[in-house]
Amino acid sequence: MKILNVEAVVDNIYKVTDFVDEQLDEAECPLKTKLQLELAIEELFVNIANYAYDSETGMAEIGFEIENDPKTAVFVLSDSGKPYNPLMKEDPDVTLPRRERPIGGLGIFVVKKGMDDMFYEYKDGKNVLTLKKIL
Amino acid sequence: MQTLKIKMARNQRELRVELIGRLDTVTSKELESEVKKNLPGIDLLIFDFTQLEYIASAGLRVLLAVSAWMEDRDKEMKIINLSQMVKEIFTVTGMIEAFEIEE
Repeated sequence: MKILNVEAVVDNIYKVTDFVDEQLDEAECPLKTKLQLELAIEELFVNIANYAYDSETGMAEIGFEIENDPKTAVFVLSDSGKPYNPLMKEDPDVTLPRRERPIGGLGIFVVKKGMDDMFYEYKDGKNVLTLKKIL
Repeated sequence: MQTLKIKMARNQRELRVELIGRLDTVTSKELESEVKKNLPGIDLLIFDFTQLEYIASAGLRVLLAVSAWMEDRDKEMKIINLSQMVKEIFTVTGMIEAFEIEE
């Protein structure tokens, strides 16, 4: 598995998306799928940067590998912040009139919609979220 | 790394904002401050997304905030020409119905 370790601050999203981009280019991932994966990882990384460590800063790790049959991109995001399972977050009501829309929750919702499989575990003091997308 | 170019053209009470590149968590903040500076005196705000290739939820939040600002003042905002990826995000999040969109 290829690993990127980066300080979990919002300004580092370019380090993260560059890493994602590089891996997916190497895997000859189609553009549309690449954009969906970049988006998913940006949203999740920004969540870690904003919430995982409260007012302190900590690290985030992004791992990548390819599974075969069918060819699948696997990303694993982990942080050592407070335990938090983003998959438990309730989906926002996307049919509400514009003015009544909740501002939060859209990011993770977009992530869920774009992936083929996701699972969360808390182990060894870390939040570990795995994303899978068939290429 | 500069990932978003914001082109603004004002024609009397109309402001046209063309976005080129990526509206991500960082560039959304730039867009919000650039647009808000230029909104006073504007009756019609047009976002041109022809060359916007990527939008994150932070970008959606800015659009919601700006449209609320305009609506509070009885002004109009519309978005024209969604690229494929942006259209998909708008569809999944229901934004496609929430905004006035012209193709």
